[in-house]
Amino acid sequence: MKPNTLAFKANASRALQDADLQHSMGRMRTHYVGSITNARAKLPEFEALRDAARDIKNHTLSHLDLYLEELERKVTEAGGHVHWASTPAEARNLIEAICRHANARTITKGKSMISEEIALNAHLEKAGFKVVETDLGEYLIQIRNEPPSHIIGPAVHLTRGQIEADFRRVHKHLPESRNITEPTALVDEARNVLREQFIAADVGITGANFLIAETGTSVIVTNEGNGDLTQILPRVHIVLATIEKVVPTLEDVSTILRVLARSATGQEISNYTTFSTGPKRASDPDGPAAYHIVLLDGGRTEILASEFREALNCIRCGACMDHCPVYHAVGGHAYGWVYPGPIGAVMTPALIGIGQARHLPHASSFCGRCEEVCPMRIPLPKMMRYWREHDYALAKRGELPQRALRYWAWLARRPGVYHRAFATGNRLLRLVSGAKGLPKSLPFAGGWTKHRDFPAPEPGGTFQTQWAKRQGRGA
Amino acid sequence: MSISEAEAAQRIERPRVGLFVTCLVDLFRPSVGFAAVKLLEDAGCLVEVPAAQTCCGQPAYNSGARGEAIGLARQTIAAFEGFDYIVVPSGSCGGMIKRHYPKLLEADAAWGPRAKAIAAKTYELVSFLADVLGVAKVEVAWTAKAAYHDACSGLRELGVREQPRKLLGSIAGMEIVEVADRDACCGFGGTFSVKYSDVSNAIVEDKTKRIADTGCNMLLAGDLGCLMNMAGKLSRDGRAIEVRHVAEVLAGQRDNPPIGGKP
Repeated sequence: MKPNTLAFKANASRALQDADLQHSMGRMRTHYVGSITNARAKLPEFEALRDAARDIKNHTLSHLDLYLEELERKVTEAGGHVHWASTPAEARNLIEAICRHANARTITKGKSMISEEIALNAHLEKAGFKVVETDLGEYLIQIRNEPPSHIIGPAVHLTRGQIEADFRRVHKHLPESRNITEPTALVDEARNVLREQFIAADVGITGANFLIAETGTSVIVTNEGNGDLTQILPRVHIVLATIEKVVPTLEDVSTILRVLARSATGQEISNYTTFSTGPKRASDPDGPAAYHIVLLDGGRTEILASEFREALNCIRCGACMDHCPVYHAVGGHAYGWVYPGPIGAVMTPALIGIGQARHLPHASSFCGRCEEVCPMRIPLPKMMRYWREHDYALAKRGELPQRALRYWAWLARRPGVYHRAFATGNRLLRLVSGAKGLPKSLPFAGGWTKHRDFPAPEPGGTFQTQWAKRQGRGA
Repeated sequence: MSISEAEAAQRIERPRVGLFVTCLVDLFRPSVGFAAVKLLEDAGCLVEVPAAQTCCGQPAYNSGARGEAIGLARQTIAAFEGFDYIVVPSGSCGGMIKRHYPKLLEADAAWGPRAKAIAAKTYELVSFLADVLGVAKVEVAWTAKAAYHDACSGLRELGVREQPRKLLGSIAGMEIVEVADRDACCGFGGTFSVKYSDVSNAIVEDKTKRIADTGCNMLLAGDLGCLMNMAGKLSRDGRAIEVRHVAEVLAGQRDNPPIGGKP
């Protein structure tokens, strides 16, 4: 998908005016923050599990080459195939080739953020395949031709009314008389439509929450069961995953799963946690005839060697955006690419370049709640600050914020001048702040006074001035 | 044998405290500084305000101007390292010195250890009173129904949560109420509030609505930036809630008008 991140401010302003979106975001905030907080509080060892989960990923990333080779060995032993892709284009072409080789017509898909990242659907559709998203949220945004607005709830921005309207627009078979206003009726309608696709599909593509090196297994964590039907019913199962999804052992996955669902939906464990190893064996009642893993680097090696390395510990639970005041205010689409929220503000510049994404790491109040709730303890504000440093270094020296900052820093390095400047500033602010607050034309004040009154300084001069007087009096 | 921070403080007969005033208090609300001085002196400290202080460097640090931030960090360290303690009436500036200076100067053989040393003895005002000096109550009477807002840096970087509630709870006539989703940011975020003004506004609008929903007549917090943001919004929306820094109330300092003027 073409990034629209440079338009963040305009996107955000539009989002703030969107009544449907604001309604959905208000509901999602209350729901997620409450459920996740409760789930964490109920598990006394949650903090220790966070440490353990982070340590597992840190260890794995330090030996990534070894674990990836082990994964390939085990997948191959189980009768599957591993395909290595450096770039999104390579991954798309590999998947297209597998689908062609299988003489596929219909492809069902489980939820995969990497698929969004590499714009797989558009590629496969252009190649002539029928591609059907089977996760309810993904299906909804597919029929709306929208990107996901949340990494685990792609359609969290939609109201029930919007969903009903979309179904009536796309599902021509729906009699007008049928009532589909209730959530269960909407889900039933989606289920009926998708059931036919599950049966018709030749290839099923899923993502992977984890890849287990010791067994060559892909793991998906879902709530609807659609992922299982996607990977079991078709003749061919393709797993699309980036290289940082590997973990060493089944035991490791069990540990991380304990923080994942609690941080994602507030569940102790998701409805379905499914482990797939290789194609159908002779003794299996069902399963795909062929099993492929397309392992994409997609810039991860570069991230691994950078100060953003810990971002690769992300398990895509969404807790950072669920607790982010900026995300709550503007929703996921304002971020302009695939990954929204704090993790998006870190990953998007890494994947599409800071020049394309310079707003994202700046559009944060640095409240730190994302880091506080991240089950993997990823220091998200610190990483956004690193991106600000990159951006500052790249910015033209003549840009106003940079000039202002340098001038101010020069001043602050000269305490005597600084205190005199503050005393003058204090007097000027007193002078211009009448009952109406500051005029909107003062530099930098427009952004403030557009929405807020500007509290005038107290009378009597700066603290330093008053303190000096008090000391002079020998008080 | 290790000793607790409170025990260590008692061993220093009259601790010499360097007050880091902060830019916003210096420029906009000196009464917070004087309230801090009073609280510290009442608790037995000798308070000094080094004239060589300016800004802690956080605006530069958070804008990506690392070099400028390092210069200001060194200046602050040099001005304050001679004190027994450095106390800041702001979790934000306090967090900068305590949590970020050591990382900022980590690679600097000369300044790294000095940054660590100053970080170890730097505290946010209210947590210093409660945790280090062992202050358990204040002798103040002030009738109000007050919402206490946890400013983010103090809360998450310095663990300031229960200390202000406990001290405010000792004020005769003061009822403390909790705001729904109280850990949520007020939308200030320094330059964020002007750079992303519409987004910041949406956040503070939500916050002030939740504050008003408590039915409080007073709003308190430990960071002037957040207070000015919320006071500005409350005033614009015509909500009659008295906004003050927690230090002013703990010091019983009611002569000065609240932040943003009336009520």
